[in-house]
Amino acid sequence: MSLYRAELRRLVLRRLTRWATVLGLAVLATVAVGVFLSNQKIDDAARARAEVAAEQDWQQQVRQSEEIRAECEQAAARGDQSGRFPRDCSGISPPPRDIFPAEQYLPATFDFRASFGGTLIAPAAILALVGFVVGSSFVGAEWNTGGMMTMLLWRPKRVTVLLTKLAALLAGLLALAVTTTVLWFGGFWLIATTRGSTEGMTAGAWQSFALTSLRGVVLVLVAAVLGFGLASLGRHTAMALGGAVGVVVVGQFGLGVLLKLTGAKFVEAWLLPTYVQAWLQKEVVLRNWQSCQVNPFGQCEPETLTLTWQHTSGLLAAGLVLILGGACWAIRRRDIS
Amino acid sequence: MTAVLEIEGLRKSYRSRRRGTRNALDGFDMWVEPGQVHGFLGPNGSGKTTTLRTLLGLIRPDGGRMRLLGHEVPADLSAVTGRVGAIVESPQFFPHFTARETLSLLATAGQVRSSRTDEVLELVGLRDRSRERVKTYSLGMKQRLAVASALLKEPRLLILDEPANGLDPGGIREMRALMRNLSDAGTTVLLSSHILAEIQLICDSVTIISLGRRVAFGPVEKVLAAHSAGTVRVRLEVVADLPAASEALTRAGFRVTREPDHLMLAGVEKAAMVTRLLAGQGLYVSELVWVDADLESVFLELTATAPAPGQSRQVDQSAKPAAVGPSSTGGWGS
Repeated sequence: MSLYRAELRRLVLRRLTRWATVLGLAVLATVAVGVFLSNQKIDDAARARAEVAAEQDWQQQVRQSEEIRAECEQAAARGDQSGRFPRDCSGISPPPRDIFPAEQYLPATFDFRASFGGTLIAPAAILALVGFVVGSSFVGAEWNTGGMMTMLLWRPKRVTVLLTKLAALLAGLLALAVTTTVLWFGGFWLIATTRGSTEGMTAGAWQSFALTSLRGVVLVLVAAVLGFGLASLGRHTAMALGGAVGVVVVGQFGLGVLLKLTGAKFVEAWLLPTYVQAWLQKEVVLRNWQSCQVNPFGQCEPETLTLTWQHTSGLLAAGLVLILGGACWAIRRRDIS
Repeated sequence: MTAVLEIEGLRKSYRSRRRGTRNALDGFDMWVEPGQVHGFLGPNGSGKTTTLRTLLGLIRPDGGRMRLLGHEVPADLSAVTGRVGAIVESPQFFPHFTARETLSLLATAGQVRSSRTDEVLELVGLRDRSRERVKTYSLGMKQRLAVASALLKEPRLLILDEPANGLDPGGIREMRALMRNLSDAGTTVLLSSHILAEIQLICDSVTIISLGRRVAFGPVEKVLAAHSAGTVRVRLEVVADLPAASEALTRAGFRVTREPDHLMLAGVEKAAMVTRLLAGQGLYVSELVWVDADLESVFLELTATAPAPGQSRQVDQSAKPAAVGPSSTGGWGS
């Protein structure tokens, strides 16, 4: 327990932890402020302005169509054969009023029930990045500066030291992720209250948001463990960060290009962001447009592949076992010099 | 008397595809009695740091037996870690933490009372600079911090690898006094250093290692006495005759070390043999003095690492005994 307390304190004292946290929260605050500024509350005056704008647009369209019909009739009288107008000028008629609904002229408003779920990807993604960087640096810098060796002179049980360090990291990140998520809920509820609507929220909707947030928090912790494990395997922060860059450049862009060139089906199924998306949105439906065949009614029905959060959980579990298991094995077996 | 530290037949090899197998430790033995300041000497690459790391559980040995404070290590290392303070090689700390934060974190992790941090900072002379970041420290200050971290546990055995590295003369003298005080208070100190004059001043006993094997060990005065016999300094009337004299004496079986204005001979039984031999060659002695060897000359002789004019010695070029040689004193468990 004393080691855990020391590691938790070390985590909080580290400059990178503080800066990464501040930077991550600043990005999220910027997103929230942007949403606040780009939305408005819809009141009677706004609806009236929208009605007026819709009416004005419709009137303008009516005037334009009447002018075109007049030109058409004049051209027909001149015997114009240029083909600029239809033979029957009566076919030029003004658009109906109902295709100019006032709702289209309303300013953007934040509907909590409809839009909040989509925003939850932001804290999950940003905090996962923070978790990966802080996690890899928390152990990588210790290896690099010799801090890990010093610690092992005090506590020689290597795997216990490594896992206690990881536990402290995860506890710190869990506190950060939960606090941020609560603030995110509160902030967007405030935005919806002042710049939109909170109507229609049911117990089911709250449950759905809560589960999405929970999956986001899990993603943050998994990213931290992966960064921590990779840096511990390579005994340097650069191992994790370099590995991540390698996966993105070679494993994602390179693989994506290669699969497209070979005409593989469902290319996105090989790319990690698809699984992250499936994790946060519960499922992602991929469509193979190459197999799209026109049916007798002229509609395209592409072949589909559905990836669910369960698929992602399998992938994450395999990654965790491989990397964290490897890190534990390596610290147990390899000499420390 | 039960030893604080016992090592018997310790072996460690490093394998490389390009360079093959290198035996860093090749059946190394060591014995340190309680309350002593014990010097641990050896040329670069001889296996000193490998020994200390292996003893502290950082390196896995290939064979041999080690005991610390009566416990088998590494199997029972956890039982003794709290009573063993150690710094191995250069001091390494997180650069952005202050000395106080560094020690405080270690104290928390090791369940040491928090007031001990102030005590060790005072002891190593860092009290007034303890709130500055370690990255602003000089090498000597980092060294003091490293010693402070090793003292934090109030250890029964203190293992220090090059503790005087980077210290100013005053710091070296303070370190010497600190070790003597610790020893007087019952702490055993194992000191690895290349400053042999310091070792000779501070240490009660020494172990000398070369290419992974022990070449000498025992009380300092006994090791010196065992290697002082038969050493003489010879000066000639004409300095230009030194090369010829060196050649003649080497041919006669003396171990000769050439200095700019004199020769040092080892293995001399009678001084008259030298004068008679040189006179026979037309070389006349102006001075011939029996010399008491110091630790440095014993070290250079035992490890065969004395610099030779016109030659550059490589790191692994040092003496390797077939086993513990006849020059050694003491013995395992004695």
